[in-house]
Amino acid sequence: MIAHAVVFYIFSLIAIVSAIMVTVSRNTVHSVFFLILDFISISCLFIMIGAEFLGMIMLIVYVGAVAVLFLFVVMMLNVAQQKNEWFVASDSSSHIPIGLLVSLVIFSELLIVIGGWKYKDKLQASINVNLDLNLTNTQSLGNVIYTDYVHLFQLSGMVLLVAMIGAIVLTFRKRSGVKTQSYLRQISRERNEGVELIDVETKKGVKIDA
Amino acid sequence: MLSIGLGHYLTLAAIIFTIGVVGIFLNRKNVIVILMSIELILLSVNINLVSFSIFINDLSGQVFTLFILTVAAAEAAIGLAIIVIYYRNSGTIRVEEIDSLKG
Repeated sequence: MIAHAVVFYIFSLIAIVSAIMVTVSRNTVHSVFFLILDFISISCLFIMIGAEFLGMIMLIVYVGAVAVLFLFVVMMLNVAQQKNEWFVASDSSSHIPIGLLVSLVIFSELLIVIGGWKYKDKLQASINVNLDLNLTNTQSLGNVIYTDYVHLFQLSGMVLLVAMIGAIVLTFRKRSGVKTQSYLRQISRERNEGVELIDVETKKGVKIDA
Repeated sequence: MLSIGLGHYLTLAAIIFTIGVVGIFLNRKNVIVILMSIELILLSVNINLVSFSIFINDLSGQVFTLFILTVAAAEAAIGLAIIVIYYRNSGTIRVEEIDSLKG
């Protein structure tokens, strides 16, 4: 129990500190690195609490895909060199105290809700999907996802497809002045537009591309 | 203090959520950091759902977390694509200089 508590505090401390560093650090690349650290520590917490599948999926999806995507975009846009100040004094900085106040209020509201929260009496007994202790977390999730939630699962696949198409359509641009092969034009050439037969008169020659 | 319960996880999620909100409010840098703050907020929501799912012994929370993960990945892809075309069109993604809506 004590080891559990110690590990929880260590990982949550790392998560909180790296979350602060994501917003505070001046270099955007460092922000991405701290975001990766945050995701890794949270997924360690997930694995520790007993949701191994989600912990691993978080590692694969966030660290393997999303964070690398962020790094690519940061690299591409050349914003890593911008050494901009946090809380820099400028004309439009008057919303900083208001923002701090609002987020403080949000945090205290969340704490009040957590502190005063109680289980409903019948909540433990009114559960439909019980966890079977003989199965692993991945097995029981698979049992549920491919039966009860199969339509939602397919819909989430559609969401990913639409996102992929949207990203491609958004960033696609036609470049002018680039020589590319047009397969359609190549295979649809006819004989009479490719070859021209000319009767050449003697000692006159012929003008090409007249 | 030493026995970790649901409240500990919920408090951790609340702290990370608030850090994400602060990151959105007080950002003076580029839009990418705002997207990262949104990812932090989604992460805290995932912590809430998973810890409730474990402590109530119900799998639905974890299934829902899976779907939130999907939507978060899609959102990151679309948001970064929008940032890329905005940078291509206007040459900057600093928050202070994105003011064409005059808000």
